[in-house]
Amino acid sequence: MRIALIVLIPFIGAVIPPLAIRAGRNVCTAATAAVTGLALLLLLTDVPAVFSGRVPGLRVDWLPQAGLSFSFFIDGLGLFFAGLILVIGLLIIIYARFYLGRTDSMGRFFCYLLLFQGSMVGIVLSDNILLLVVFWELTSLSSFLLIGYWHHLPASRAGARMALIVTGAGGLALLGGMLLLGHIAGTFELSELLTRGEVVKSSPLYLPTLILILLGAFTKSAQFPFHVWLPHAMAAPTPVSAYLHSATMVKAGVFLLARLWPVLSGTPEWFLIVSATGLVTMVVAAWIALFKDDLKALLAFSTVSHLGLMTMLLGFGTPFGVIAAVFHVLNHATFKAALFMSAGIVDHEAGTRDIRRLGGLRRLMPVTSSLAIVTAASMAGVPLFNGFLSKEMMLEEAAHTVYAGQAWLFPIFATAGALLSAAYSARLVWCVFLGPKRQDYPRHPHDPPLGMWLPVAVLASAVVVIGLMPAIVAGALVERTASAAVGGALPQFHLAIWHGLTPALFMSGFALTGGLALLWAYSSLERLRLALPRPDGMTLFQGSVAGLVRSSRFVLGSLADGGLPRDLAVIVLTTAGLALAGYVQAGPGPLAGTRAALPATIPAVTGWLVLLLACGLIVRHHYDRLAALIIISVIGLVVSLAFLQFSAPDLALTQISVEIVTTILLLLALNLLPRTTPDESSTAGKLGAGALATTVGVGVAALAYAVMTRGTETISDYHIEQSKPAGGGTNVVNVILVDFRGFDTFGEIIVLSIAALTIFALLDSALHGAARRRIRTLRFLPRAGDPHPLLLTVVTRVLLPLSLVVGIYVLLRGHNMPGGGFIAGLIVAIALLMQYMASGYVWAHRRARMDAHAMIGGGVMLAGAAGLASLAFGRPFLTSTFGYFHVPLFGEIELASAMAFDIGVFFTVVGTCILSLATLSRVEERAEQASKQTQVKTGTGAP
Amino acid sequence: MSNPWLIMPLVVPALTAALLVLALRRSPSRQRVLSGASVLVQMMLAVGFCLAAADGEPRTYLLGNWPAPFGIVLVLDRLAAIMLLLTGVLAVCALLAALETWDRRGRHFHALFQFLLLGLNGAFLTGDLFNLFVFFEVLLIASYGLMLHGGGARRLKSGFMYVAVNLIGSTVFLFAVGLIYASTGTLNMADLAVKVPQVAASDQALLAAGALLLFTVFAIKSAMVPLHWWLPPAYGAAAPPVAALFAIMTKVGAYSIIRVYTLVFGADAGPLAGIAVPWILPAGILTLVLGTIGVLASRALLDLVCYALISSMGTLLIAVGLTSADGLAAALYYALQSTLVSAGLFLLAGMIGEGDERQDRGAGVRNGAGLLAGFYFVLAIAAVGMPPLAGFIGKILILEAGRAASLASAVWPAILVTSLLMIIGFARTGIRIFWNVPVGEALAVPHPVAMLPTLVVGGLIVLLVALAIFAGTVMDGLAATAEQVLKPRHYIGAVLRDQRAGPAGGE
Repeated sequence: MRIALIVLIPFIGAVIPPLAIRAGRNVCTAATAAVTGLALLLLLTDVPAVFSGRVPGLRVDWLPQAGLSFSFFIDGLGLFFAGLILVIGLLIIIYARFYLGRTDSMGRFFCYLLLFQGSMVGIVLSDNILLLVVFWELTSLSSFLLIGYWHHLPASRAGARMALIVTGAGGLALLGGMLLLGHIAGTFELSELLTRGEVVKSSPLYLPTLILILLGAFTKSAQFPFHVWLPHAMAAPTPVSAYLHSATMVKAGVFLLARLWPVLSGTPEWFLIVSATGLVTMVVAAWIALFKDDLKALLAFSTVSHLGLMTMLLGFGTPFGVIAAVFHVLNHATFKAALFMSAGIVDHEAGTRDIRRLGGLRRLMPVTSSLAIVTAASMAGVPLFNGFLSKEMMLEEAAHTVYAGQAWLFPIFATAGALLSAAYSARLVWCVFLGPKRQDYPRHPHDPPLGMWLPVAVLASAVVVIGLMPAIVAGALVERTASAAVGGALPQFHLAIWHGLTPALFMSGFALTGGLALLWAYSSLERLRLALPRPDGMTLFQGSVAGLVRSSRFVLGSLADGGLPRDLAVIVLTTAGLALAGYVQAGPGPLAGTRAALPATIPAVTGWLVLLLACGLIVRHHYDRLAALIIISVIGLVVSLAFLQFSAPDLALTQISVEIVTTILLLLALNLLPRTTPDESSTAGKLGAGALATTVGVGVAALAYAVMTRGTETISDYHIEQSKPAGGGTNVVNVILVDFRGFDTFGEIIVLSIAALTIFALLDSALHGAARRRIRTLRFLPRAGDPHPLLLTVVTRVLLPLSLVVGIYVLLRGHNMPGGGFIAGLIVAIALLMQYMASGYVWAHRRARMDAHAMIGGGVMLAGAAGLASLAFGRPFLTSTFGYFHVPLFGEIELASAMAFDIGVFFTVVGTCILSLATLSRVEERAEQASKQTQVKTGTGAP
Repeated sequence: MSNPWLIMPLVVPALTAALLVLALRRSPSRQRVLSGASVLVQMMLAVGFCLAAADGEPRTYLLGNWPAPFGIVLVLDRLAAIMLLLTGVLAVCALLAALETWDRRGRHFHALFQFLLLGLNGAFLTGDLFNLFVFFEVLLIASYGLMLHGGGARRLKSGFMYVAVNLIGSTVFLFAVGLIYASTGTLNMADLAVKVPQVAASDQALLAAGALLLFTVFAIKSAMVPLHWWLPPAYGAAAPPVAALFAIMTKVGAYSIIRVYTLVFGADAGPLAGIAVPWILPAGILTLVLGTIGVLASRALLDLVCYALISSMGTLLIAVGLTSADGLAAALYYALQSTLVSAGLFLLAGMIGEGDERQDRGAGVRNGAGLLAGFYFVLAIAAVGMPPLAGFIGKILILEAGRAASLASAVWPAILVTSLLMIIGFARTGIRIFWNVPVGEALAVPHPVAMLPTLVVGGLIVLLVALAIFAGTVMDGLAATAEQVLKPRHYIGAVLRDQRAGPAGGE
């Protein structure tokens, strides 16, 4: 559990700084430092165990199905990196206290910093490789937040985005690689996986796995050509650059290579890819660094170069390479973090970090200058400082390396890298600290407060101490770390300043003197550089992101803005295509079934011809809305006749009453619309639509034909058989509707209710705001002189009670004869609609006692309650019961509980129609009043 | 095994809505209380159902006490229980976010909300194909009403498209049901599972056409490319709490695909076994790619959220298309997480104000920027599938399940590359909205951030975290669910063997 705490403490502690900042900046810093200190303390308690060869660990299952577990272990490598992260973290926190300005939100900064710290410790202590990926991505995210900390600056935003995208891409590749690796090895736990190197290397999936993992490592550790993000990450506050982008996060890739070294290294692929990438990165970045005028940019490219050095060492695949790499990680972390912090101090105190505007700071800032010169010397590889030692080891390894048969390649380029490194270090020292004092610094430079230089001093003293006594100070640590990385015993090695007259010594000496010589020839070198092509990573990157966005906009724009007709065409075509594919794929059987066709009678043929004629007419007259509506109602009528022809009186009745109600409501709606629709489509569009409609129509007709000529045994046989004995009704259609499938009906009346409520809500909002103003401008066409003809009024009023009686009759007889709640509801609704039409909305509305909303709500309630009643008798919802009762005068009558349900249906239907009508009429009433008022005002119309 | 409680998730919202319309339509405060209580009850029922379904025994409910397959039957298995729970949780969130704000901007919000829940619960519970159609109708019309809620030309315009597309879907659904009924003579899904393998050879082509017509209906619902065009305008125009609830509507389509093409046209369907399978995976990849292109192309936050939803449907459909138990379990996990994420993003877009009439494109957020930016950061992480949230876990589950697939060479690159493009899209939009603000302005807070939506988004994030932390436990349940779904013999047996409660009909 203690191990998990080392990782979790920074995460949990991340909530503290935003709270602690209320108590002041010192408290906030102290709290943050305490969090890191606590984690470090816990880590240190494991040191004895690790050095005695044990590997403390913890495993808690997280997602065993995917191989993801919450497991950690501390071996030498993990301990080394975790220690580095926490120690340098502590120094950075102290430094940041003095670095951050008054307007910078310190709570937020430390919060992000701790999140990063936790993620980073998580990477190096994870036992599970998927958990490692989790922390890996978390470092990308926290680094994004830290780079974008000053998000009001465009450079910060661009740098943060670029870092996130490049390292995020690497993270995804890494995820893929780790999933493959775990699959090959059969385990996701490093502690087991590290012993299965042979299995992995012999797998056919080895190469894709390797490439994916290397992509992850190279993007994170800024290897060429993925190094582009790192210099732009320098837009972050300097403590972030020092911590994330030199000492720790960018080393995650190197850590990963070291971690997986026993599993992945030792193959030709590994050697060829990794060492070459490292070498190219080292030389190219050092070359660029030499010409950078921005202190932080110089240091950033130097970091890239040194990361290349470490990568190259690991790529050699030799244990000595690993030892040198590990040692250089330590050395680089000390001198580079110190240099970054020094650069921050210079920037802070002198007001600029442009080398061309600095110089002579040695006298103005003696402490800072001494520390910076010591650490820069280490970077240059000057003897007696720690950088010299690991560089020497690197050169020694490179001297023995034969790449693709070429023995000269690595020694020469490695020396070139070292030489360039010495050159830019010398340039930094010379141009910033030495040289003549200037008069035009933006600010008057002086040494910073103790808190700011103390962390640098700590690191600088480490540089010197390690440099002088490497074996005593770092020997055991490097040995323990490297042996953990190699996963076995190390060959004999000795960290020392003097190894005798080795090739490396000559290379090193040549590099140092050559570096100084380069500085002397700097101006001619710069001309050379200007003559060379210098692709700018940021421009390229932003260009490709912008291009990506542009092309996706193009793709989407050309696809998405097709308008409704195009979208519907796509949907219809896809649907038809799939259905056809299914039909053909299943071995197209005969379309026609076995059932004999009915004789074509004259009425049937007539009906069919009318239908065709109506369809033709609608194509011709669709733009005239009123005509279209009338023709559509003709189609409806023919359909209801067809139902009658096929002995379905219930359906015919329903169809015809629905037809009437919808026609009336649509007529009312048409009143508010222009008489004709605009002609929107081109001739080609019309032809295309026509072809599509014909094709789909023929297809549907074929399917209908296929269905109608078949007679499969269906569940309705049961319904017909059981209608009377079990359902208590002879009208099987009604028994199906209210009983066998009453639940469907319940759903459908709810659909109706929702439709009415929607119309109401929609038009209610139309009575307000912009829509209302538009309604006011509507002009009604001159109409018949008398809107409410006397004859119509009288007839409808006389018919009303009759219709109501008919409705009730149809409702009650429904269970046994054609009829039922739905049809009855429609009949009554028609009768009421007629009142509104004949006598006017105001007249009818004043006399309507029933509230339409209540009818709808009540109807659904009643139907639901009728269904629930059976629950009281221990039967499921909607279980019906019926009985025969003797009533005097009437004789024997049958009452079924389903009737109560049917009455609910009845009320819902009536309520729906009335509410729709009332809502539409209300809008029209408003419009009419408005138009009358305007007419009165302008004096054009009769009052 | 019969269970009398199964009807409750349908009766409760239906009667709540009826009561709201009948008696409470003039009292907004009492409407809120009733609607809220009803939603809570539904969520509790769903929790209870999840616990009950955990024993692996499907529960049935014979409506009207008619024996299957002659009447309508409700079935609760693990899958239905999970979907009900997701609906319940989402409903609570959406309703809370709408209280006192959006529910006042139009009529009948609560009634329509309850009716929509009825449609959702019904679609997940029903064991009958035609009844599924009825609930699709309820869903469609209620969602249309809710989509228009608040009024305005933009809503009307995209609402028209929404309703037009979905009416085509309904029509095709009817065709499909007609064809299936004509060749099998039954509508009960368990009964269909028995009858489909026995269909005469001469009728198989007809049945196959019906099966794939049905598939297109579900594909439209799940916004499968190229049938997805209706989604961005419709969801983008809807009020944020409504859009948040709509996040589950696409999952109704995915659910129906899972249900019908494992139960009715699954492995045991004889000559028609797996008839839709060859289409799901390629369509899923296409959906993922196009959704991601949409994310990259988006200029406003709402567009981004809509296309992210489409892209997540692509990922989900890929997992469904793997047709393995692992794939299905991963799909369900991904469905849970992507629904919560989408809901959160819609609510957040509403809080930022981009979803409102006062469109504020590119100018940055001023009110409560820090909190909203934090929400966006976390939800974006979940949406693009970065660790440590549930999106990442869903993604590794799908990648692992997809390793063995025949199309693996397409699945892995598709998922990994689109993830990167999603990161780019979300990063661009987030930076534009939250970071591209002058220093002084970012701190000004003219309007306080609305309280309830803030709590709801926070709650959704807590759920996402919990889903990630307890992924192992959740996946145990989902693996069992996938197992149950892919071996439907139990389901079929439970439906067709179920005994009625006493003799039916009159005494």
